[in-house]
Amino acid sequence: MTSAPSANIAHPPRARHPLAAWTPRLVIAPSAIASFVYVFLFAIWTLYLSLSNSSLLPSYQFVGLKPYFELWANQRWKIAYSNLFFFSAFYVILALAVGLALAIAIDQRVKGEAVWRTIFLYPLAISFVVTGSVWNWLYSPDAGIEFFVRSFGWSDFTFRPTTSKDLAIYTIIATGIWQSSGFAMALFLAGLRSVDPDLIKAAQIDGAGPTRIYRKVILPSIMPIFIAVAVVLLQFAIKTFDLVVALTHGGPGIATTFPANYVYDLMFQRGQIAIGAAAAIMMLVALAVVLVPYAVWTTWRSRRVADG
Amino acid sequence: MVDATLDLAVDPHARAAGLRHALGRTAIYAFLGFFAIIYLLPLFVVVANSFRDLPEITQNGLIALPRSFSLKAWDQAWSHYCVAGTCEGIQRSFYNSLIMTIPATIISTLLGAINGYVLSKWRFPGSETLFACMTLGVFMPGQIALLPWAFILGLIGLSNTIYGLIFVHVIQGLSFTTLFCRNYYVSIPDDLIKAARIDGAGFWRIFWKIVVPLSPPILIVTVIWQFTGIWNEYLFGVVFTGGRQQPITAALVALQTGQMNAHPYDIASCAVLIGAIPPLLIYFFGGKYFVRGLTQGAIK
Repeated sequence: MTSAPSANIAHPPRARHPLAAWTPRLVIAPSAIASFVYVFLFAIWTLYLSLSNSSLLPSYQFVGLKPYFELWANQRWKIAYSNLFFFSAFYVILALAVGLALAIAIDQRVKGEAVWRTIFLYPLAISFVVTGSVWNWLYSPDAGIEFFVRSFGWSDFTFRPTTSKDLAIYTIIATGIWQSSGFAMALFLAGLRSVDPDLIKAAQIDGAGPTRIYRKVILPSIMPIFIAVAVVLLQFAIKTFDLVVALTHGGPGIATTFPANYVYDLMFQRGQIAIGAAAAIMMLVALAVVLVPYAVWTTWRSRRVADG
Repeated sequence: MVDATLDLAVDPHARAAGLRHALGRTAIYAFLGFFAIIYLLPLFVVVANSFRDLPEITQNGLIALPRSFSLKAWDQAWSHYCVAGTCEGIQRSFYNSLIMTIPATIISTLLGAINGYVLSKWRFPGSETLFACMTLGVFMPGQIALLPWAFILGLIGLSNTIYGLIFVHVIQGLSFTTLFCRNYYVSIPDDLIKAARIDGAGFWRIFWKIVVPLSPPILIVTVIWQFTGIWNEYLFGVVFTGGRQQPITAALVALQTGQMNAHPYDIASCAVLIGAIPPLLIYFFGGKYFVRGLTQGAIK
């Protein structure tokens, strides 16, 4: 959209110095090289390691897909990968739902809006390490929520989810939602505020009630924000590592192992670099499954907007 | 918004509507209040317990109004507590994180601003492709980069140093800062740049005199994003550094997992708070601008 005029700028009629035309390119070159190395070379490097017989130290002897077979033969990896899908689905959908509900509630001209917003947004500033540690204390029976409820006299109340193989994954989901739903809320709220007021007025004149207006007018127009937030949350989900380390240490047993945690273990604790690299590549595959359709969708949408 | 305009449409059953309205308002506040309690609970617990003494915490639990007051745990957590074999509290890792985060934030933000300026106002053949490639870095999982980074840091002699972490965070942050700034600078009118060029201003003069003065909204977003992201980062910290070089996130995990006996909730609360205060302060002062800037330029 701005390429035509700026093309003129890049080739001005009278460059004062022959070097001047090259300044922009020279200036961006170091960053460009660094990004190229970081994005492509590192990925190819790790991909190659994942096809090698590296163990404690990297080795470049090619062994084909053997590390991948070994990875997928491993029970712990299967649990990690299925945890990732289970967690991602619940975490993203519920964080979006909570964020949207909070945004709609705040949008009803509530008093002290800034205070509510700050309360719901502050967890975003806090690291997953801190978040995980503190919620770990709250979930623990010796001093946390169970202890609190029992202190009111309900002495057989039990709430120790991090010690249960089946429930521990839900504590990661809930804690993740606590951390990120404020982010969704803030962006949705900004979106709700940017909806064209004439559109809403028109719907009111047609006799639509508030629920109907939200469903038919407001929510469809913030759909792009909705999807952008979903994608951001999904990639948080796929990279989930520190939250698990601090909250459950992957336990009890191996019940809450995630791919990122297993990659770390394989590479740096067990000296199985090739299999660790294979696991990292599988994480990249999971990300691509999310991001490629999103990239295609945004390109398609911007084309459609450009075409009118 | 919807609600307010509905008030104008007074119908014959105004009183019933008024009652319904009051009920609706109560429901909204109850809903927000319920979530606010859950959101504030961890903060309350940590702040309260950092001032209580351990026997009282053990007796009354974490979720209780303080019945004792002591600053002992703060002193312990800051300068005496043993983490991973060294008994000097978490002050060293706090300083490590500061020494790491501040330069990495400044350098990556500055580079991002310059890159964004080039990619939006000095386009050249292939610059759009270059931008797309740099943006891919935003999505790369850190795990892909662990082994290559470990190798490169060893090669340039920065293994297990704070400088190594600064280097990693600058490169890894470039994608974000470039993306944010480029998307924001696109909205600066090209005519403004053109006029400056006709007046004889060069690349750097235009950057410092025109682009930078227009940049505060996006620079605030970038600085907040980078500062909180780098301060809170754990994976690179735990992989590339050890012992006395570790940033605070790694030290906090070491402090939690190193416990065999009863959990020292008082000291741990202080430590966790110390680790959370810098990004929290940044948010409280800049959060408003952060959301505004994010919706203006970064996420589109």
